[in-house]
Amino acid sequence: MPTTDSDEMNIANSHTFAPWDEASAVPLISFKNVVKKFGDFTAIDNVSLDIYEKEFYSLLGPSGCGKTTLMRMLAGFEKPTAGQILFDGQDISPLPPNKRPFNMMFQSYALFPHLSVVENIAFGLKRSNMPKAEINQRVDEMLTMVQLQQLAARKPAQLSGGQRQRVALARSLAKRPKLLLLDEPLGALDKKLRQETQFELMDIQEKLGTTFIIVTHDQEEAMTVSSRVAVMNHGRIQQVATPAEIYEFPNSRYVADFIGDINILEGHCQTGADNQLQIHWAEGITPINATTNTAMRDDSECYFAIRPEKISISTSPPADAENVIQGKVLDIAYLGNLSTYHVEVAPGCVIKAQAANQKRLSRRDISWEQTVWLSWTSTAGVVLTQ
Amino acid sequence: MNQRFSWFNATSLALGFAFLYIPILSLVIYSFNSSKLVTVWAGFSTKWYGALLNNEAFLDAAFMTLKIAFVSSTLATILGTMAAFVLVKGIAFPGRTLFSAMIYAPIVMPEVITGLSLLLLFIAIGADRGMTTIILAHATFSMCFVSVVVSSRLVSMDNSLEEAALDLGCTPLDAFRSVILPLIAPAVISGWLLAFTLSLDDLVIASFVSGPSSTTLPMKIFSQVRLGVSPEINALSTIMIAIVTVGVVVASLVSKRSVINQRKQEQLAAKSTIE
Ligand SMILES: Nc1ncnc2c1ncn2[C@@H]1O[C@H](COP(=O)(O)OP(=O)(O)OP(=O)(O)O)[C@@H](O)[C@H]1O
Ligand SMILES: [Mg+2]
Repeated sequence: MPTTDSDEMNIANSHTFAPWDEASAVPLISFKNVVKKFGDFTAIDNVSLDIYEKEFYSLLGPSGCGKTTLMRMLAGFEKPTAGQILFDGQDISPLPPNKRPFNMMFQSYALFPHLSVVENIAFGLKRSNMPKAEINQRVDEMLTMVQLQQLAARKPAQLSGGQRQRVALARSLAKRPKLLLLDEPLGALDKKLRQETQFELMDIQEKLGTTFIIVTHDQEEAMTVSSRVAVMNHGRIQQVATPAEIYEFPNSRYVADFIGDINILEGHCQTGADNQLQIHWAEGITPINATTNTAMRDDSECYFAIRPEKISISTSPPADAENVIQGKVLDIAYLGNLSTYHVEVAPGCVIKAQAANQKRLSRRDISWEQTVWLSWTSTAGVVLTQ
Repeated sequence: MNQRFSWFNATSLALGFAFLYIPILSLVIYSFNSSKLVTVWAGFSTKWYGALLNNEAFLDAAFMTLKIAFVSSTLATILGTMAAFVLVKGIAFPGRTLFSAMIYAPIVMPEVITGLSLLLLFIAIGADRGMTTIILAHATFSMCFVSVVVSSRLVSMDNSLEEAALDLGCTPLDAFRSVILPLIAPAVISGWLLAFTLSLDDLVIASFVSGPSSTTLPMKIFSQVRLGVSPEINALSTIMIAIVTVGVVVASLVSKRSVINQRKQEQLAAKSTIE
């Protein structure tokens, strides 16, 4: 799960870099009502989105939701069934893939098996009119970046999965394209190398101003590197926002559930003054006090979503908390730095709460079957309507 | 696997090889027979080989056959590779499946029918029958073999390789030349070899479409044998066997060398990682 300091970092970033909030900013890439059908099957369903220069745009979503298809349309390998894709304000549909100033890193790597690592990386450079000395220098640079200097003469078949992935990454970066499409670029790397490569990517972006679109299944990765995250589902965009916004203010149960761990309670709301809201969610349990910015109708159906780490857990009733629920500990998942407590607050209703393990294992004071009190403030969770 | 010697295995091996090679062996032995009678051994001699060198008709036929085989197999390889590429990798067009199936037809077609239909075609368009018509006929029927060999390789090739080449700035032609062709080269070469041997072999189709001035070696041998088997023909066949054997050995050595080279590279690479 994203640590709180990376959230803060991203919030800090979004103050300095947020072209999507500027009315005058012109997007580098613009999808306008793009539809892609394969026969009867709609892989991309009326997608509109804007990606700005120097963004690090992450596509997140379950397998088969259309992430690769979206990228392939940008690279020019698929034509949209309807809608337009604009690059710098120009419709790019007449441009063949080799004329587009983008490079793609393929999910299957697509390394040329008959060429060595060096030749693979130099392949694109040789097709531009770059002088030979410069090509060699650039290839060396790339090899150093992905730490493959020693394997330069090998063929792809003689590399491990992670090494192949790094060659593919180096090859797609070598031409320094304006837009780089990375389809799960770091999936096969171990954690340390993945983090180093993430920093390299951010570094490259800083230096060269490359715009990245990256597909990832790793939420932590999306949270650390992205300027914005787009969550997709069944060919549609569910939400586009900064990592912190996605995490703290998901716009739907789908997004809330997809990113990180969350408790979702279903109920009916009773509106009050000043955006205050009371959610009645179970017979005989005190309603939840929450706040919302969206206008809600009285007694309409709604969902209350709250992250486990926003809930405090204590062995005695807390004084003056805005929301308190008593329950019984069913299960404790020990995660090292944190523990997640599964607390049954009503028959069949379990709420997860997370707390930092400040004490050593032997001295923790909450155990199974114990009666505990969960509490949170009225702004800790979000109220969702869908 | 059981690696031990067993009488059963040894016997089957011996029987199999005997079945395959005794006819060839007898042909080779009798080519060194000094008697003119093929069935009577009268001592060792190489005189039939000498006689062969003076037999212009045979030499002409042999040269003609090689020329035809070379040109027709090259033509068949180019056409067959192009057909395979379009049928496997080209954009879908209506009836593509039908076309893919139809390209196999000449393989199962009886040669007599292929020959006859080609003959009728050449007559209809008024083509002079001769070397050119044999080349065209051979290219026609061996092209489908090339196309089958090449398309089986293309089918197993990842589509994204070509896309990656395009993505990195290749024109479609450049992508074909620098990525696809090197990858399918072994299939293209074996397709060429196949077409070459098919053309060398062919008697039936060549008989249909040849003219008076163009006799291939198989045609020559066949017509000679009808007048009686001569030791000269044995000698000629022995030479052909030698040529084919040398060809096969060279081809296998070349492919083995490339494997060895790759091993060497692997070892080098492994060594440099350790250092
Ligand atoms: N050429 C095609 N023909 C038919 N259907 C296709 C084709 N390409 C993709 N699809 C379908 O479109 C949907 C989206 O595919 P896509 O490859 O974009 O998924 P993805 O989000 O990249 O998934 P993953 O995370 O598994 O890579 C899938 O249901 C897939 O089956
Ligand atoms: Mg994909």
